[in-house]
Amino acid sequence: MSTVPDDLKYSKEHEWVRADGDVATIGITHFAQEQLGDVVFVELPEKGATVRQFSSLGVVESVKAASDIYAPISGEVVERNVKVIEKPELVNSVPYGDGWLIKVRLADKGELTQLLSSADYRSHIGETAGAGGD
Amino acid sequence: MTTEAPTMRRTPLFDKHTELGAKIVPFAGYEMPIQYEGIVAEHRAVRGHAGLFDLSHMGEFFFRGRGAGSTLDRLVSSDIAGLAAGQARYGLLTNERGTIVDDVIVYRISDGEYMVVVNAANIAKDHAHVLAHLNQDVVFDDRSYATALVAIQGPRAADILASQTDADIRSLPSFGVTHGRVAGLRATLARTGYTGEDGFEIFLANADAARVWDALLAAGAHQGIKPIGLGARDTLRLEARFSLYGNDIDETTDPIEAGLGWTCKLDKEFTGRDVIAAKKAEGPARKIAGLVVDGGVARHGHEVTQNGAVVGRVTSGTYGPTVEKNIALAYVPTPLSKVGTPLGVRIRGKDVPATVVKTPFYRRPE
Repeated sequence: MSTVPDDLKYSKEHEWVRADGDVATIGITHFAQEQLGDVVFVELPEKGATVRQFSSLGVVESVKAASDIYAPISGEVVERNVKVIEKPELVNSVPYGDGWLIKVRLADKGELTQLLSSADYRSHIGETAGAGGD
Repeated sequence: MTTEAPTMRRTPLFDKHTELGAKIVPFAGYEMPIQYEGIVAEHRAVRGHAGLFDLSHMGEFFFRGRGAGSTLDRLVSSDIAGLAAGQARYGLLTNERGTIVDDVIVYRISDGEYMVVVNAANIAKDHAHVLAHLNQDVVFDDRSYATALVAIQGPRAADILASQTDADIRSLPSFGVTHGRVAGLRATLARTGYTGEDGFEIFLANADAARVWDALLAAGAHQGIKPIGLGARDTLRLEARFSLYGNDIDETTDPIEAGLGWTCKLDKEFTGRDVIAAKKAEGPARKIAGLVVDGGVARHGHEVTQNGAVVGRVTSGTYGPTVEKNIALAYVPTPLSKVGTPLGVRIRGKDVPATVVKTPFYRRPE
């Protein structure tokens, strides 16, 4: 697994976005889950709620501490990941897969341009460009 | 004017921790490993197999001389006069106000010598407290910065340690202390710990710590031993409901409300005894209670509520990896400390349901 997949967009606060048409899937990055440690609790907005770009959308708690998650993109929540609420450790084991958090209907696709590319995100976290796994 | 950054101390095992990939954090003036592999994996290793801890930041005070036993019996809340050589006992350093200066273990390591292990953050304070209460016929020797402490804890601890020592540790009772060699090096070994598991604490000269650490990690490799950081140390002790000084107990709390009345031998003289005896007789206004929280992790400082009103405060809280619940300790009014009482913990502005439960949260299977 790449620690920074090339097909995603990233926020400086370590969230990722996978845009597919009008709907975007949001999660936290491998780097973020590694910094947090064992995730034991996830609090997510209900379906139908709206999230605003760069505002808090929920909370991830590890054994050590609670951390806000910021919406990398604005929109209406069309689905929240029930599996990750039941098994928060999915955020650690598959952050880009079953550990996703919410899906939103994009309010403004233009917002995607304000996010980082995989290369930009790699340099943001101090990883050498192109370096895959760790 | 210039200000100097406070110098952080390192234990003699600091390089071992960085080699093992530990995350290092400042703790009680030391640069200490908070975790290696991860808190949950380390926690489970101790419950299921064995874990190795560097606790060299803890303080070690030695007392020798004719009056050592009687001095400690007055300084510490528990029955120190009744300790035979080779026995240890948990107790509290208390002050004249009947509150808690520190929680300690007193080891009678020979007829004429006692060792008191104190919390790292309290070394200087306890040192001053001892000096203020010392008798003429006692030699007090604070060897905190010369003494290393390695703990091996878990169901495999005895097997692993037995393979590396000439001391008869299998027949050492709980809270027993003896001398011997570990990996060929002189050590004081005690069957004590802070995890709720069987285990041992090994006191060493600083210069010998790395060799003992390496020997125990190697000897335990095929038994699943792991190095354990302060993160898992905290989740382990909280499941076992051991108090953490600075969180659950301090100089604003007394032993009765802290659930540590059992450490106070009230039919002897010790500092603050009369205040504590009176408190026990009248009954405490508040008591520490164990909580299970459903829907969030309670943390130190969170408010405890009942029907929306704040009634207390969380002193320790975490996710307990073995009990698989969010657990906490909190001071609440005595009538609300009864098992089964429904309460709330205010987490991010919401009152999350919590229930008072019996402690310890975890008890090791016999």
